[in-house]
Amino acid sequence: MSIAPLLQVTNLSKAFGGVLALNRVSFELSEGDLLGVIGPNGSGKTTLVNLITGFVKSGSGEVIYRGRDITNWAPYRIVRLGIARTFQMVRPFYQLPAFKNMIIPLYSSRVKHLVGGKYGDRDAIALDLLEEVGFERDSRVAYKTASVLPQGYLKRLELAKAIALQADLLILDELFSGLSLAEVASIVPIIEKLRHEGKTIIMIEHRLKELFRIADRLIVLNYGMKIAEGSATDVMESDEVKKAYLGTEV
Amino acid sequence: MFTGTIIYAVINSFILALMAIGFNLTFGISGVANFAYGALYVMAAYVSWILLNLLGFPYIISAVISILCAAALGALMYRLVLLRVRGQALSEVIATFGIGLAILELFRYLGFVGFEYTLPVFIDKSFFIAGTYVDMQRIMIVIIGLGLIILLWLFTHHTSLGLAFRGIAQDERTALTFGMDSDWIATLSVSFGAGLAAVAGTIIIPLGTISVGEGYDVLMKALAVCIIGGLGSTGGVIVASFVIGFAERFTDLYIGSHWTMIVSLAAILIVLVIKPSGLFGKQKELEERI
Amino acid sequence: MKKRKERIDRGIKVRSGDIFALCSLREMLYLSAPRLLPIVAFLVLPLVLSIYWQKVLLFVAVFALLAISWDILAQSGMVSLGQALFFGMGAYSAGVLNHYWGISPFITIPVATIMGGVICTVLLLPLLRLRGIYFAMVTLIIPLMFVRIIEATKIFGGTEGLHGLTPLPSKWLDLYLIVAVLLVALFGFRRMMDSDYGLVLKAINDNDRSVMNAGINIYWFKVQALFISSSIGAFTGAFMTHVYMFVGMPVFALDYSILPIAAAVVGGPGSLAGATLGAFILVPLSEVLRGIGGLRIVFYGLFLVVFIVALPEGIFHYIQRKYNQFERWVEVEK
Repeated sequence: MSIAPLLQVTNLSKAFGGVLALNRVSFELSEGDLLGVIGPNGSGKTTLVNLITGFVKSGSGEVIYRGRDITNWAPYRIVRLGIARTFQMVRPFYQLPAFKNMIIPLYSSRVKHLVGGKYGDRDAIALDLLEEVGFERDSRVAYKTASVLPQGYLKRLELAKAIALQADLLILDELFSGLSLAEVASIVPIIEKLRHEGKTIIMIEHRLKELFRIADRLIVLNYGMKIAEGSATDVMESDEVKKAYLGTEV
Repeated sequence: MFTGTIIYAVINSFILALMAIGFNLTFGISGVANFAYGALYVMAAYVSWILLNLLGFPYIISAVISILCAAALGALMYRLVLLRVRGQALSEVIATFGIGLAILELFRYLGFVGFEYTLPVFIDKSFFIAGTYVDMQRIMIVIIGLGLIILLWLFTHHTSLGLAFRGIAQDERTALTFGMDSDWIATLSVSFGAGLAAVAGTIIIPLGTISVGEGYDVLMKALAVCIIGGLGSTGGVIVASFVIGFAERFTDLYIGSHWTMIVSLAAILIVLVIKPSGLFGKQKELEERI
Repeated sequence: MKKRKERIDRGIKVRSGDIFALCSLREMLYLSAPRLLPIVAFLVLPLVLSIYWQKVLLFVAVFALLAISWDILAQSGMVSLGQALFFGMGAYSAGVLNHYWGISPFITIPVATIMGGVICTVLLLPLLRLRGIYFAMVTLIIPLMFVRIIEATKIFGGTEGLHGLTPLPSKWLDLYLIVAVLLVALFGFRRMMDSDYGLVLKAINDNDRSVMNAGINIYWFKVQALFISSSIGAFTGAFMTHVYMFVGMPVFALDYSILPIAAAVVGGPGSLAGATLGAFILVPLSEVLRGIGGLRIVFYGLFLVVFIVALPEGIFHYIQRKYNQFERWVEVEK
């Protein structure tokens, strides 16, 4: 018999002013999976994430997490259940130093009790977490204000904020976009480590090469519809996918 | 009695629309909330009065000069002050509010308080419409209000400057890539808004007297109308003017004139609870807030 | 030759940031002087000032508290133009309790503080979804509307207000009560804003969706900030009611909204100390300028504009920088 899926998305749809951004998308995700979501620009990948995490109210369809219907819940309640996400366009607190950025997720009621309440306790954990994602401990980079950090560090900070929430399901929205090859290569092991810890991960990605290496399963979106699902090789064999990515010939 | 109330409610609605339309125009285009708006409204009336009574100019010329003065002051305000704090909405609010405060209190200090400070009506005539006494000035308000709204619509939809206004309003960055000078457009928008405040003042003030307190009142009313209608939406301003205009008259008639303010306050709070961006608001960032 | 300004932390600042500060009297003084100065000033000034200037000091403390209340709200992403609402609600709560039930000021002031805070918070609940400028607009009109409502319904004495309320037993108590509350609020809330809790509030101002994404209910935090801020405002209102022995429509006047903002802007927003410093400058200044009558409000207006444009960081941050760092011009390398 099969175990109940961790996340179950059924017929999720959303229209923005008459344009169907997402059209009856369904998929299931079991614990420990790494699901890749790919598709051309504007195919509805980010909308899918926004709907699951409650940042956009859904048009129709439902999202079920651990048997609970979380459709249209407020984002903070979804996070408390154990779903953390990153944003494609990073959203740091620009006025705060990098390590102070980490205090906010650490203050969330989900992880608050795990941390001592004394002043500075969270700072220590914040610095540890930042070191994990590649903020070098001996440099001063973790103390710099977020507004002066380069994109690579901001992406890492975004990831660290999601990790800090100790979520079971991580949704990483185009984490690799705008990063150099070397930076991507340094983040891939972090994601693999998260998998070893038993986290379930959804990755929205344009960098297919890196994604194919780590994903168990892929779904492909085009014009808001799911056009293929399966392993990397299966998916790339599909004619529809070739058409969506490469144009009509091939 | 009832038709009379309807007629006065319509007039009242047009007064509110006139008071709010300039504020709304400026905000809709450049995102500047001009809190000196009420001060400009009153200032134009005082300038008219001074030109008319102390310098002996003809009424029409003093009115035109006062409107131009307000428009120029608006442009100056943007160039000298707002340009330096552009994009920081709160600094803009505090700065314009400071300017408005200075203008209004200067007039108070100079002693412009009393019943003799009033502007003459345009044409001293009155009619009986459906058994109700209506004076010419109020009819003018409706006509000019209607005319201004139509002109504004034609301006923003059929002139290149108007289209540029709308372009900047919709997406400033894209407009910049097409070579529009957004600072210049914003200057004009503040200036136009100030001009419209002056126009409103020139038309409406003859119904009462010019007073410093009126400056704060007008700002308050303009804000109330814009918040209910949805900031930056001209249609919303008109609808909201009618909502408040009618609500005020009818509370006046059935409950008591002192309660009109409570109606506006209640309307604001109710609209904000149901739809934070206002009845016709297009402020996306607001709607997204879940 | 192009030059740029270089700012370097003073040696003493760097040294006293460490535990070794405790070994040197000079460094201990360096650290404590800025904190001791306001305490000593506020405690000693009442003793040396004439009765007239004691009154001014009382107003300084009142407006400093209102400015602190404004600053806490502003740091949490809600810029209010209507501190008068908080002030007025507290004032009327205390006045009504005292006038109709004859309750002693020692009870009405704390009760009105909480009551005013709760009323204002509930009243402004619909506004929590608004941001920045929208919030500002609505808060500006609400207190002005309350004036009309009181005028219309004639409740609580209507336009006449409530007279003959019980004063606090002694002028010294008046003065030292407000000064003590100011000092506690200043240092207490400064500490709060520096704590992780305050960090969450500041983060809401910075990027509220990101805070939501950290599993934090921003509306709950905003409600708390609103309650803290409106309670401070309500306290000053309740206090002034008993000082004036009167409460009436003027408590919703624009002065109580504008002067605190002016104080916070001039002193420097973002650190409650700036707000206090601003009140310490503006209130006595306005007393000195009393001779020119209404013109002083014109000056307030211009003051606001000049500071917003020319010194947006405010006086406090300027002084703080000079205290902690020295500056020099260095040549820009080619």
